[in-house]
Amino acid sequence: MSAPANTRERTSFLLSVLSNPMGLIAALILLAMVLVAIFAPLIAPFEPNAVQIFKVNAAPGNGYLLGGDGSGRDIFSRLVYGARNTFLGALVAVTVAGVLGVTGGLFAGYYGKTFDTVSGWIADGLMALPAIIVLLALFQALGSSIYLSMAVFGVMLSPGFFRLTRNLVRGVKHELYIDAARVAGLSDIRIILRHILLVIRAPVVIQVSIVAGIAIVIQAGLEFLGLGDSNVPTWGGMLQDAFANLYVAPKSVYWPGLAISFTVASLVLLANAIRDRMQRGDAAPRAAKLPPAPTSVTAPLPADKDALLQVQDLVVGYPDRAGWKPVVKGVSLTLKRGEIFGLVGESGSGKTQTAFSVLGLLSTGGRVLSGSIRFDGDEITGLSEAQRHALRGKRIAYVPQEPMSNLDPSFKIGFQLVEPMVTVLGISKAEAKARALQLLARVGLPDPERVFRSYPHEISGGMAQRVLIAGAVSCNPDLLIADEPTTALDVTVQMEVLELMRDLQAEFGMSIILVTHNFGVVADMCDTVAVMKDGQIVETASADALFADPQHDYTKMLLGSVLEDPETRSYRAPEESAA
Amino acid sequence: MTAPVLLDVRGVNTIFGAHHVLKDVSFTIRPGETVGLVGESGSGKTTIGRAILGIGPVSSGSLMFQGQEIAGLAPRERKGDAARIQAVFQDPYTSLNPSMTIEDILAEPVVARGIQSVSEARARVRELLDAVNLPADAAHRFPREFSGGQRQRVAIARALALQPKLIVCDEPVSALDLSTQARVLDLFVELQERTGVAYLFVSHDLAVVRHISHRVAVMRGGEIVEFGECDQVTARPEHPYTQRLLLAAPVANPARQAERRAAFRALQKA
Amino acid sequence: MIGYLLKRAGFGLALLIVMSTITFFLVFSGTERVAANILGDNASDADIAALTTELGIDRPMLVQYGEWMGGALTGDLGRAWTTPGSVTEILARRLPVTLSIVGTAVVVMALVSAVLGITAAVRGGWADRLIQLVSVIGFAIPNFWLGLMLVVLFALNLRLLPATGYVSFSTSPLGWLAAVTLPVTALVLGGIASASQQVRGAVIDALSQDYVRTLRARGVRSASILYRHALRNAMPAALTVLSVQFIALLGGAAIIERVFAIPGLGELTVRSAIVGDVPVLMGVVVAMIIVVILVNMVIDVVNAWVNPKVRLK
Repeated sequence: MSAPANTRERTSFLLSVLSNPMGLIAALILLAMVLVAIFAPLIAPFEPNAVQIFKVNAAPGNGYLLGGDGSGRDIFSRLVYGARNTFLGALVAVTVAGVLGVTGGLFAGYYGKTFDTVSGWIADGLMALPAIIVLLALFQALGSSIYLSMAVFGVMLSPGFFRLTRNLVRGVKHELYIDAARVAGLSDIRIILRHILLVIRAPVVIQVSIVAGIAIVIQAGLEFLGLGDSNVPTWGGMLQDAFANLYVAPKSVYWPGLAISFTVASLVLLANAIRDRMQRGDAAPRAAKLPPAPTSVTAPLPADKDALLQVQDLVVGYPDRAGWKPVVKGVSLTLKRGEIFGLVGESGSGKTQTAFSVLGLLSTGGRVLSGSIRFDGDEITGLSEAQRHALRGKRIAYVPQEPMSNLDPSFKIGFQLVEPMVTVLGISKAEAKARALQLLARVGLPDPERVFRSYPHEISGGMAQRVLIAGAVSCNPDLLIADEPTTALDVTVQMEVLELMRDLQAEFGMSIILVTHNFGVVADMCDTVAVMKDGQIVETASADALFADPQHDYTKMLLGSVLEDPETRSYRAPEESAA
Repeated sequence: MTAPVLLDVRGVNTIFGAHHVLKDVSFTIRPGETVGLVGESGSGKTTIGRAILGIGPVSSGSLMFQGQEIAGLAPRERKGDAARIQAVFQDPYTSLNPSMTIEDILAEPVVARGIQSVSEARARVRELLDAVNLPADAAHRFPREFSGGQRQRVAIARALALQPKLIVCDEPVSALDLSTQARVLDLFVELQERTGVAYLFVSHDLAVVRHISHRVAVMRGGEIVEFGECDQVTARPEHPYTQRLLLAAPVANPARQAERRAAFRALQKA
Repeated sequence: MIGYLLKRAGFGLALLIVMSTITFFLVFSGTERVAANILGDNASDADIAALTTELGIDRPMLVQYGEWMGGALTGDLGRAWTTPGSVTEILARRLPVTLSIVGTAVVVMALVSAVLGITAAVRGGWADRLIQLVSVIGFAIPNFWLGLMLVVLFALNLRLLPATGYVSFSTSPLGWLAAVTLPVTALVLGGIASASQQVRGAVIDALSQDYVRTLRARGVRSASILYRHALRNAMPAALTVLSVQFIALLGGAAIIERVFAIPGLGELTVRSAIVGDVPVLMGVVVAMIIVVILVNMVIDVVNAWVNPKVRLK
């Protein structure tokens, strides 16, 4: 039912993979190889097993393009025919591995429970042994048919597909659109066919490519060890022959090896091209050239002794295909000492990027393109990373949005508090520990000793945010940058955390930049507010003035969207006709 | 005659292993009514929504929908209107399959039920898009080409496709920006007035719930602590937990917020 | 922690029993031609029948299995059919040779992959492109072909290193080093190709976590963030790679030993497979499973040590 749209998307996907030069070259080589395999009788000048006794180990020439092998057969013809056997063997292995692994993975991932557990054990068991040893051990039972061996090898490789598919399905299974499909009444089979296969097809294609490469190498290895049918021309068998004649005709080892390498390399490059295409959205594109160094502001503001932070005409950009895309477009703000300054706006307004540029911690690729940031009278945009580093933690601190992901899961909370204090304040570990325990008590954690000894996953989100606040104030900063510090918290916890931040602000005499989208939080906390839209500040005012008398239309619109209903809706049953 | 009660939730319990997530949950939803369900994380508000949708477990208790017992029945096993209960989920970024066109997404529910043929379903897509104020040319585009608010409109259109009597809305506006949120809420109200659909509106935000609901239930730790008329619950709550919840949400007015904070502190101490 | 280890050990034991049982029935089902293989083309039917009876392979499978398992539980894996001596003795002679090569290869692979992977993750640029190139080349060149090329280059043309043979470390450390250099080189390239990519991915992933920004904001030194925090969090992924690659290297050694005529387990397997010396093959499989299980347990211990969630479970 979705045929037209999917075809269109698939075509464009294929085209964009082929528009990658590496992908195109790899695809062309593979295509050529497959054609050679199919039309081998037309291409090969000799029968692969035709022997000319006087050409044993002959040098190239004389009709034998690449010379003769140890039995006097034409190396080139055998190479051409060898492609057939190679691709067929790989096809057998990939088909068996793919069918077993993908089906098993789909069911294990979607239904879980016993099937998942048991099939997981089987996969673990199959992966516990080197495949080649198993194939060797089974040689007598399987006989010299390489295809049977490759089918068994396919079984040994199926855990790769199984795990990949199972993990993908597990990831997709809890997506809300799968729930929506179930609510819409789709059967499980239909959900798997329509929704899940769509998502897993590209990773599976990559895996097919990789597994085909592995199969080709292993197959050649088995044949090299003499486990193939000696009557069938194969690349591995040719290497075995070349190995036996290594001291007589060392050059014969090149050709079959090159054939294998080119084929496998093409498969890998094709897989990489597909992967690149899939990840294109996430990767930060490389900027064509570095931007000009941050220019100083033409008319700098006079230094203001009351101001802790003066930002002027700040422009922050990220590289994209066309060059530098600004996300902060000329922001100016002044933060007074001891003030709580709210930076408020909707998503994409640039409020977080403005805050991060003050911290000097923009995401990868991000840069201050122009403008000035003066902290305590000193320009900090041009500072080296080391100078910047000296400010962080000690004078400028940070409280993040998402408490759990901002604690290192592998270290105890105590260590994560002590380490920065030892580094920044230069105090001993014992002193730092004592201070950390004090701080944990100060931020309202009932059992500081226990929290100190805990790992992050052992405490709640609200507790984690208190730990992060304790860490932020641990070195007595002058400026605290809080990026949506309560957005991830429940509303009652939010109230307590805001209360805590306000108390600490008074106690430590800090200034706070509070980045938020919530006007309630602004009204609760802030002295001054700047409203941001599309990388610019549209209005700055004291909190009282802003709420009482907003000047800019955008501010008015935002405040108008705040839900405060004096009346509630009154219920009346729907009319018969509407029901 | 319209039945006085559309959905009667009575004594529902859900137990996940050692966790008793829902404890004797009871409430009703009338036709064309919005019942708001407020609670903090872990209160069980999403679990009851999923149980009603037939994608979450019910350990004991009853869910009567127009006289039909639907507890523990998957959507496909339900009959009549009960089979058409629909959902709008929180995250508009993951509730639409990124590799399907809007048209496919909107046609899927009716085609899956065999209600209409593919071509008939497609013909209705324009109507659905129109109902949620999206342009007709949206049909052939992919979800990634839309903003959060627009995606949520698509999700609402998908829920409307089966002409349901009840839509379970699980935090449908909490991932949206303030201005978008207001517009999407208006759309919910407008659609309800036009089609007579009832909503179970799950949210953590008391202001949102007050805006859209006729009656409100407050959940905490798997229990409903208060259930009553919207204005009473959201403005003059009786239960101390609801009072705490109400005072904890900061309001966009510095003077009034200072008063509320003082009241919250007093409540904390009490 | 102890419980966790016991559970892993129990799983290993179950795996050993199940796998050896399955392998037994598969391997011993293909023994009809074995007597003829051993005796060669000129053997009479009577001789073949006599040998078949002598080897005991005309008995029901279950009887053979019971006998084999009974012996295996006491450490007796039976007698080899085509060479003198018990399987256990042969394995005891061969296993150290293979382990010395595979062990060296694992260490080399781990070190090179860690350096390459971390550099590529932190530096990007040329290191990143180098690692991409290595990964394609390493994947595409079969290790035995690389071995052959190395023999042609270093042994035949340059005459720098011995082409074949093995000297044990206790006999002559330098001789051992000369003997294993080429095999180990041939063996590790593929491992490095895959492992360095995955180390790079794991480190990039660890460095892009939210807590890295927070640690930087707190003034923690970059070196500590990389070597203490990021690497520790990348460790579980890297250990998984190590476990997978160890198994791959064990398999690769089978072919490489053939190229360099090294008297290890792999060479033994190949020869036994071709003639059909089934007790030796069974012994090899059992020995490999035991080695793999032990290595995985060591990896589990390290993983539990770096990863609190595993330890506390």
